[in-house]
Amino acid sequence: MSDATRIVIVGASVAGLTTAETLRAEGFTGSITLIGDEIHAPYGRPPLSKHVLTGEWSPDQASLSDPDELAALDLRLMQGARASSLDVAAHTVTVGDEVVRYDALVIATGVRARRMAGTRDLAGVHSLRTVDDVVALRTELGAAKHVAVVGAGVLGSEIAAAARKRGLDVTLVGRSSELRLGQVGTHLSSLIAALHRENGVDLRLGFDVTQVLGEGRVSAIVLSDGTVVPADVVVAAIGSLPATEWLNGSGLTLADGIVCDSNGLAAPDVYAIGDVARWRDDLTTAYTRAEHHLKATEQAQAVARLLVTGEESPAVVPFFWSELYGTKIQAYGRFPADEPLRTIAGEPGDGRFVAASVEDGRVVGVVGWNMPRDFRLARADMVASAAPALSSPITTDPIGARL
Amino acid sequence: MQITVNTSACVGAGQCVMTAEDLFDQDDDGIVMLLDDSPDSSHEAGARRAASLCPARAIKVTD
Ligand SMILES: Cc1cc2nc3c(=O)[nH]c(=O)nc-3n(C[C@H](O)[C@H](O)[C@H](O)COP(=O)(O)OP(=O)(O)OC[C@H]3O[C@@H](n4cnc5c(N)ncnc54)[C@H](O)[C@@H]3O)c2cc1C
Ligand code: SF4
Repeated sequence: MSDATRIVIVGASVAGLTTAETLRAEGFTGSITLIGDEIHAPYGRPPLSKHVLTGEWSPDQASLSDPDELAALDLRLMQGARASSLDVAAHTVTVGDEVVRYDALVIATGVRARRMAGTRDLAGVHSLRTVDDVVALRTELGAAKHVAVVGAGVLGSEIAAAARKRGLDVTLVGRSSELRLGQVGTHLSSLIAALHRENGVDLRLGFDVTQVLGEGRVSAIVLSDGTVVPADVVVAAIGSLPATEWLNGSGLTLADGIVCDSNGLAAPDVYAIGDVARWRDDLTTAYTRAEHHLKATEQAQAVARLLVTGEESPAVVPFFWSELYGTKIQAYGRFPADEPLRTIAGEPGDGRFVAASVEDGRVVGVVGWNMPRDFRLARADMVASAAPALSSPITTDPIGARL
Repeated sequence: MQITVNTSACVGAGQCVMTAEDLFDQDDDGIVMLLDDSPDSSHEAGARRAASLCPARAIKVTD
């Protein structure tokens, strides 16, 4: 493994770039080729739906490294270059008309936004995954009055919050009746819903979008109960699809992502990391895929370390954060759907708390709501397996009961 | 070794404090506070690890 002299990375975002950085930091002196189909230097996505969408940050503040740092990595960066096929036996990746050979391959092609069906020819319908997407969306929001955001996940919530901050009328539509936040699932739904309402969002949960109206440009959407929601901009945050189409027929196991062992190995000398990868979790024996920035970072570091030193890294514990209307939400660990959250510090009613998910008497997840320091302490306790003092479940809190 | 932090990029994730609590702390909003901007070389590994795990890439370590 450590005899690899040519390492090829496909996908030049946070996972791909971090792989290259860690390879060099661990002392790898062979050649690195980083292949990415975007034309921009590697950038991070989390700010796109937050400070970049509100206009507080310029798009280049999302950049992940400056030109000097990139140059110091001494790699071949192929930009605007899409890998079209993989030959596992021959150890080659095809990019345009070039065949690139590897000793070890790291696949970090992430996911793409799912588009709203039947809206291809309609202006004003957006999704948000790339910096080009956010630039286009920002421009249109500048001239819009009413935006409809479709999607009950955290991305939909962040986009709704950013659009409110820009002073627009916002309708947030979700097919499911609850709002989700990363691996915390629907546990915080009533609190997030309350935040949206306090901030003036018209929340329509439990409805499908049955029609998108407009001639050339969107004018309204129709919900499954027949309600017509006027909108000059529609943003679909309706999930994502792993970017694996180029791997069809390669022999890799593809099942909503690339199936890997607990070290990210997908085939001999082929690894997959980040949003596109479904790693085995040795603890639960499940194969899981999550779309978290820090998980992408840690898997990249783990694979790079394995390639250079042969050392395996401990399992990555999911960590996710979001920010809605200035409320900082952070989550670490797992949150089984049938285990209610229990507060361990603060009070949900006061808008500041830390809560834990407990399974078989053990804390398996902690979530912080506007309490970053206490969240960190709770997280450290969880890592040290110290049991914090638990209150009754927060699902019985007054806010939850009111909604 | 020189450490700088960009507090306006910081998302308050606390990764840095978890990784190297003798170098970093957080204020009440969770924003990073640098405890030592030029620590001795015994802190180098921790500082670099914190920088590599900061989700906002808000920490820079230079020689
Ligand atoms: C708007 C937004 C906000 C987010 N906010 C948060 C947040 O607050 N917290 C959090 O934890 N996570 C957040 N995420 C998720 C986080 O951004 C992802 O987990 C992270 O980007 C995953 O990184 P990755 O490198 O695995 O994949 P990606 O970032 O998807 O990168 C994959 C790259 O590979 C390229 N590619 C695809 N196919 C090919 C090919 N065949 N050849 C060459 N290149 C290819 C893609 O164009 C892309 O550049 C957010 C995501 C979005 C979109
Ligand atoms: S790890 Fe980065 S984002 Fe998190 S508190 Fe430290 S500096 Fe801020």
